[in-house]
Amino acid sequence: MHPGPFRYHRAASLEEAAVMLQQLGEDARPLAGGQSLVPLMKLRLAGPTDLVDLAFVPGLSYVRHEDDGGEIRFGALTRHAEIADSGAAARFPILHDCAAGIGDVQVRNRGTIGGSVAEADPSGDWAPVLLTHVTEIRCVGPGGERTVALRDFILDAYTTALGPGELVREIVMRAPPHEDGERIGGAYIAAKRCAQVYATASAAVRLTLAGDVCRDVAIYLGAVALTPVEVTAAAEALRGRALTRETIEAAADAARSGGDPQPDMRGSAEYKCALATALVKRAIEIAARRARGEQVEVSHEYA
Amino acid sequence: MPERSDGVSISVTVNGRRHQAEIEARLLLVDFIRENLNLTGTHIGCDTSFCGACTVLLNGSSVKSCTVLAVHAAGGEVTTVEGLAKDGELHPIQQAFKDHYALQCGYCTPGLLMSTCHLLARNPNPTEKDIRKAIAGNCCRCTGYQNIYDAIADAAARVSAARAAGTHGGRAAASAEAR
Ligand SMILES: Cc1cc2nc3c(=O)[nH]c(=O)nc-3n(C[C@H](O)[C@H](O)[C@H](O)COP(=O)(O)OP(=O)(O)OC[C@H]3O[C@@H](n4cnc5c(N)ncnc54)[C@H](O)[C@@H]3O)c2cc1C
Ligand code: FES
Ligand code: FES
Repeated sequence: MHPGPFRYHRAASLEEAAVMLQQLGEDARPLAGGQSLVPLMKLRLAGPTDLVDLAFVPGLSYVRHEDDGGEIRFGALTRHAEIADSGAAARFPILHDCAAGIGDVQVRNRGTIGGSVAEADPSGDWAPVLLTHVTEIRCVGPGGERTVALRDFILDAYTTALGPGELVREIVMRAPPHEDGERIGGAYIAAKRCAQVYATASAAVRLTLAGDVCRDVAIYLGAVALTPVEVTAAAEALRGRALTRETIEAAADAARSGGDPQPDMRGSAEYKCALATALVKRAIEIAARRARGEQVEVSHEYA
Repeated sequence: MPERSDGVSISVTVNGRRHQAEIEARLLLVDFIRENLNLTGTHIGCDTSFCGACTVLLNGSSVKSCTVLAVHAAGGEVTTVEGLAKDGELHPIQQAFKDHYALQCGYCTPGLLMSTCHLLARNPNPTEKDIRKAIAGNCCRCTGYQNIYDAIADAAARVSAARAAGTHGGRAAASAEAR
């Protein structure tokens, strides 16, 4: 198999790529690591007339984080593998949970965070993780730059707020506001059938603890709806309360009806809901241990 | 859709030899390697990004060459399984696979060897868990994997020994080290 014919344009900068894309029209697409687009083109599920190649644009592959740990910036072309190995991922283990579990080694060596966010696959791993923090997408288009909050960026399955010719330049993730002495912990667990496939269900949790009390929390499910789902009912079960077996179980229970999964080859709707419950429970427990300073290793679970 | 993909001129170093080629932009790296360069050691298994039989090193990192456009190798360095043996002497990773009966039909083997190169260049002392994770993107339908894990663990020791002695294979693969 090979992709259908297309015209190939190598961009030297994102600004140039944006102008090219606008001029070439709506059947032109940008290409980054190709780990979503190339398979789709081989299967003729995508047939762009033109590809504008971003892969050779310099200076877009980086993970920068300030020393106080406040803000992490990812260049759009940063590969999953680079993020997994970064200092930021050592500091924010939820990033490692995500980046080190996407696909397999070979996919992580090519696929980019910018491509993942732009693809907005309902089962993509990055979105639920980034949504538990304060995340913004810095975009560049033919008309200039703008910044969009991630929650306003993902509109539907495979649909983002990017306008014609508009591209992702940078992803900026911040810890949510917190007081001195409060501690933040996060965890992401995806259940997959094997390395090479997307998750059957996944859960991302970020806790802000004041002592033993959960002052603030964000809980997102992946792969169980057209976009990542925030389960506010689960968060409410924890907010303002001490983390105990009961409150954690109440939160996990509330996550059961959070998604609206479709039955498919990965499992029935009931199975996915039950899976989400179990994943939320485990992710809360691990996030809490991490907030208390414990090192806990997490990897994607194969079932 | 245009009739033909654009012709693109690329220069790629494969197993240390530089190649200049005019290719169609839609040509996949695996087809460039197999058809244009006639290096048929790199296999196509699933052709859908799953099995890892097509794994090669691109600029020192393992990739599935059925899911990479050849134009993305422009200006870069590719190592295929043919780049491992030197002067008729197997690379220690190959020798370990042979000694541990880590192959039966051998279809998956080139991809597994290249994934092992990627691993050992970054982690000279992998645990069994590291090894399992490192080859999660490579399917073998014959061996049941245990002999492959054993071979890779042994290959790690052999590569380290060769590195200490300065003999062939001391570098997990030429370009894997380059990065
Ligand atoms: C075998 C396999 C397993 C996988 N498993 C997982 C998994 O478990 N979890 C997961 O999350 N993902 C998985 N993926 C997908 C992988 O994460 C991709 O890397 C990612 O979806 C897309 O990144 P890319 O750089 O390859 O983008 P490309 O494929 O190049 O592009 C993807 C889309 O985004 C657009 N695009 C790319 N870059 C930009 C940009 N900067 N601005 C605007 N638009 C852009 C493209 O036009 C295209 O529509 C898997 C892929 C494969 C092949
Ligand atoms: S042939 Fe490339 S992954 Fe199977
Ligand atoms: S030896 Fe036959 S597929 Fe691995």
